[in-house]
Amino acid sequence: MGNKHVNAIIVGAGAGGGVVAKELSVAGLSVVLFERGGWATYDDTDTDELISQRTTVLGNAYGPDDQRYRRVMANPDGSTKIVLPSEGGYSNNAACVGSGTVSYGAMAWRYMEEDFKLKTTYGPIEGSTLEDWPITYEDLEPCYEKAEWELGVAGDDSLNPFAAPRRKPQPMPPFSHNREAQMLHDAALRLGFHPFPIPMLRNSVPYGGRPACYRMRTCVGFACPVNAKAGTHNTVIPVALQSGNCELRTNTVVSEIIVNEQGKITGVTYFDEKNRKQVQTADLIIISASATETARLLLNSKSKFFPKGIGNDNGWVGRNLQGHAYTGAYGIFDEEVYDDLGPGASVAICDFNHHNKGIMGGGLLANEFIRMPYLFSNIRPPGAARWGAEHKLFQRLNFKKVAQVAGPYQEIPNFEARVEVDPNVVDFWGIPVVRLSGSRHEKDVEGCKLMSEKAELWLKEAGAVYTWQSVGGKGLSGGQHQAGTCRMGNDPKTSVTDKYGRIHAVPNLFVADGSLHVNNGGFNPALTIMALGYRVGGYIASEWLKGNRFK
Amino acid sequence: MDKQNKFSRRRFITLSLVATGGMCLLSRCVNPPLSSWRFLTGQESVLLDALVEQIIPADEWPGGRDAGVTNFIDKQLVGPYTRYQESYRKGLHAIQETCKTKFQKQFENLSWEEQTQFLKKMEAGKMEGKAWKKGFDREFFELIRNHAMQGFYGSPRHGGNKNNVSYKMMALDYPVIIGQNRYKK
Ligand SMILES: Cc1cc2nc3c(=O)[nH]c(=O)nc-3n(C[C@H](O)[C@H](O)[C@H](O)COP(=O)(O)OP(=O)(O)OC[C@H]3O[C@@H](n4cnc5c(N)ncnc54)[C@H](O)[C@@H]3O)c2cc1C
Repeated sequence: MGNKHVNAIIVGAGAGGGVVAKELSVAGLSVVLFERGGWATYDDTDTDELISQRTTVLGNAYGPDDQRYRRVMANPDGSTKIVLPSEGGYSNNAACVGSGTVSYGAMAWRYMEEDFKLKTTYGPIEGSTLEDWPITYEDLEPCYEKAEWELGVAGDDSLNPFAAPRRKPQPMPPFSHNREAQMLHDAALRLGFHPFPIPMLRNSVPYGGRPACYRMRTCVGFACPVNAKAGTHNTVIPVALQSGNCELRTNTVVSEIIVNEQGKITGVTYFDEKNRKQVQTADLIIISASATETARLLLNSKSKFFPKGIGNDNGWVGRNLQGHAYTGAYGIFDEEVYDDLGPGASVAICDFNHHNKGIMGGGLLANEFIRMPYLFSNIRPPGAARWGAEHKLFQRLNFKKVAQVAGPYQEIPNFEARVEVDPNVVDFWGIPVVRLSGSRHEKDVEGCKLMSEKAELWLKEAGAVYTWQSVGGKGLSGGQHQAGTCRMGNDPKTSVTDKYGRIHAVPNLFVADGSLHVNNGGFNPALTIMALGYRVGGYIASEWLKGNRFK
Repeated sequence: MDKQNKFSRRRFITLSLVATGGMCLLSRCVNPPLSSWRFLTGQESVLLDALVEQIIPADEWPGGRDAGVTNFIDKQLVGPYTRYQESYRKGLHAIQETCKTKFQKQFENLSWEEQTQFLKKMEAGKMEGKAWKKGFDREFFELIRNHAMQGFYGSPRHGGNKNNVSYKMMALDYPVIIGQNRYKK
C-alpha cells in the first residue's frame, strides 16, 4: 500500500523543522513531517542526571539511543574510532519530537547585526572561510519577532545596550534573579558592565495556554514537568497538527532523497516504525535534520545526477561544522550563593560580544544553570584532588558556594571541520553513518582566553575568594550547538543554499536548520534557527500561494 | 509433611552449603557460592568495594562501598556499560596480580595508605608489567573513578547513592518537589 503524494515533506521535527511544518500546513500545503524519535515526556527519565541530555553517561534521555546509532570520529593521525550517542565525541543534540528544544536551556538569543557580516567587520582571516551572510539582521528581524511571540519568550532587551534594534519587545517579562545572579548583576554594574536578564523560551507568566515556570532545578538537560518551557513540540508542531494538513510520522528514519530519471527530486525513502522501507513522494522537500544529519542525508543521496551527493557539486556540504567553544571561569564564595531557584542562568552581559581588541567576535557571558551533583564532581580547581577524602569534602563544602560564569565563544569558521559519510560503518538500518573530522580554528583559543579573563574578573568583583579559569577552544566542535554544514550564500561555488535555504540549482529542495548558519554567533543558536525556519517556511508558503510549484 | 521430613530437608540444605564451600577450597573454584552479582564474581566485588571506597572514602558520611557503588557498577556492566565488561575483567585481574607480586596480598588486604599509593600510581600511568601496557593503567583508573562518581552522585534508581546519601550530604532536597510555585513578581 503506497503513501499518498503530498505537497511537502519535512525531515526532522526539531527547532527548524517544527517551525516550517507550522508555516506550510497553516498556509494550506499538505505536509508529512518525519521524525526519527518519538514524543518525549518528563516522566520518561524524571530528574535522573545520568540519563539527561546534558550528562549522557547512561544514555540520552531524549535520543538517539546507543543500540541503533553510531558515528565515526577521525583523528588527526588518520585513525578512526566508532562512537556511541552517549559518548562525547558523537556530537549529539537530540532525537525526539521537538529535538533539543524539549530539553534545552531555552536561552532565546537574537544574533547581533555584526554576526551577519563578519567578513565586512573583521576582514578575511587566514585559514578561515569567514563570509558575510546573504541576508542581514534586518532581513531576519521579523522572523525573530515571530519566533518570540509564537513560541513565547520572557526577556527585556531594552536593558541590553548592545542588543540589535527590534520593533516589538519580548512578549513576557524577564525572569527574576536568584541569589547568585543578583550578586553577579550588582558586581557587573560596579565594574561598568551592562548586565541584563537572559531572554528565555520559558513562561515567566502563563502564556500560550501553558503555565508559568515554578523554578525548580532540572531546567537544562530535562523536559519541563509543567510545560513552562517552550519548544517546537508544545507550540508550533501542535498548531501544525491542528491545521489538519500535517501528518507527523514518529519513529521513522529518512534514508535517502529520491532523484528520478530526469534528475528531479521526487520524494524520500524511509524506514517506518517497524523498520520497513517505504517511499513518500512530494512536490518539495525541506531537510531539517540538524547540521550533522542534514549533511549526512544529502551526502547519502547519490545518483548519476548528483555523484557526490545532492548540493555537493563543489564539495561544500558538511564543511564548516561549528558549535561553540564554551569558555569562562569558576569562583568559590565564602557564603552560599546557591538558593535552589531555577533555572539558574539569568544574568548576562554582551560587553565582550564583538569589538574586542585583537580577536574576532567574542560572545555573551552569563551565569550558569543549576549544576547537578555528578556534573559538579568534575568541577575542581587545577591541582585539587580528583578523588579521595579531599574530593568528597570539596563536594560537601562547596557545592552551594561555587558559581560559574561562561559563554559561547563565536568560532572562526574552518573549512576542515567537517561531516562526511563513513565508507564502512552503517547504522541499524544499514545507512552509512556520519564521520567527523577536523578541529577548531587555531585562533579560537585567543578569544576564549580573553572571555575567561573577563569572567574571572566578574566573579572576583562579586566576592569570590578563589577563582580559576576554564578555557575552551580546542578539538572538533559541534554537539548541541552544531551548525554551518550547508551554508547559505549568493555564490553557488562557496555555499550550499541560496538566501532562502534552497539548494542551489535544485528548485524543490530546501534546508531549514542550523546547517544554514554562515557563522554561529556568540550566542546559543536555537532562536536564530527558529527564525530561519520562519524565513524558509514563510518564503515557501507565500510563493506557493502565488502559484509557484517549485518545478 | 511430617516432622521428620522437614528436619531432613533443612539438614540437607545445611549440608549442601558446607559441601559447596568445601568444594571451593579443593578445586580451582572462581565463584564463591551464592554470588548475587550480575557480572562481577564475588571476589571481584570485594576488590571493587575496596576500590570505590578509596575513590569516595567514608567520613561523617558513608563512602562508596556503603552507598552501593559496586552494585551500581555491576548493574551497568550488564546494561549500558556492557562495552566495559572486558576492561573490568582484565583490569581487576591485573590489580590483584600486581598486588600479589609486589605485596603477596590481595588489594583489599593492603593497608589504606598502600592502597592509596597504588591508585595514585595507576592514575599517573606509572604501573609496571605487561598487563598495564598502552596506558591501560590510567585508562582503567579513570573508568573506575568516573563510574564511582556516577554511582555515588547519580540517581539511586541505578543501584548506587543508597538512601540518597550524596544528596543528603550536599544538603539537597530529594526528590525534587513539584507543585510549588516560587516565582516572585
Ligand atoms: C541540553 C541542551 C541545552 C541546550 N540549550 C540551549 C539554549 O539554552 N539555547 C539555545 O539556543 N539552544 C540550546 N540548545 C541547542 C538547541 O536545542 C539546538 O540548537 C537546536 O535544537 C538545533 O535545531 P535544528 O533544527 O538545527 O536541529 P534539531 O533541533 O536537532 O532537529 C533535528 C531533528 O531531525 C531529526 N532527524 C535527524 N535525522 C533524521 C532522519 N534521517 N529522519 C528523520 N528525522 C531525523 C532529529 O531526530 C531531530 O529531532 C541546547 C541543546 C541541548 C541538548
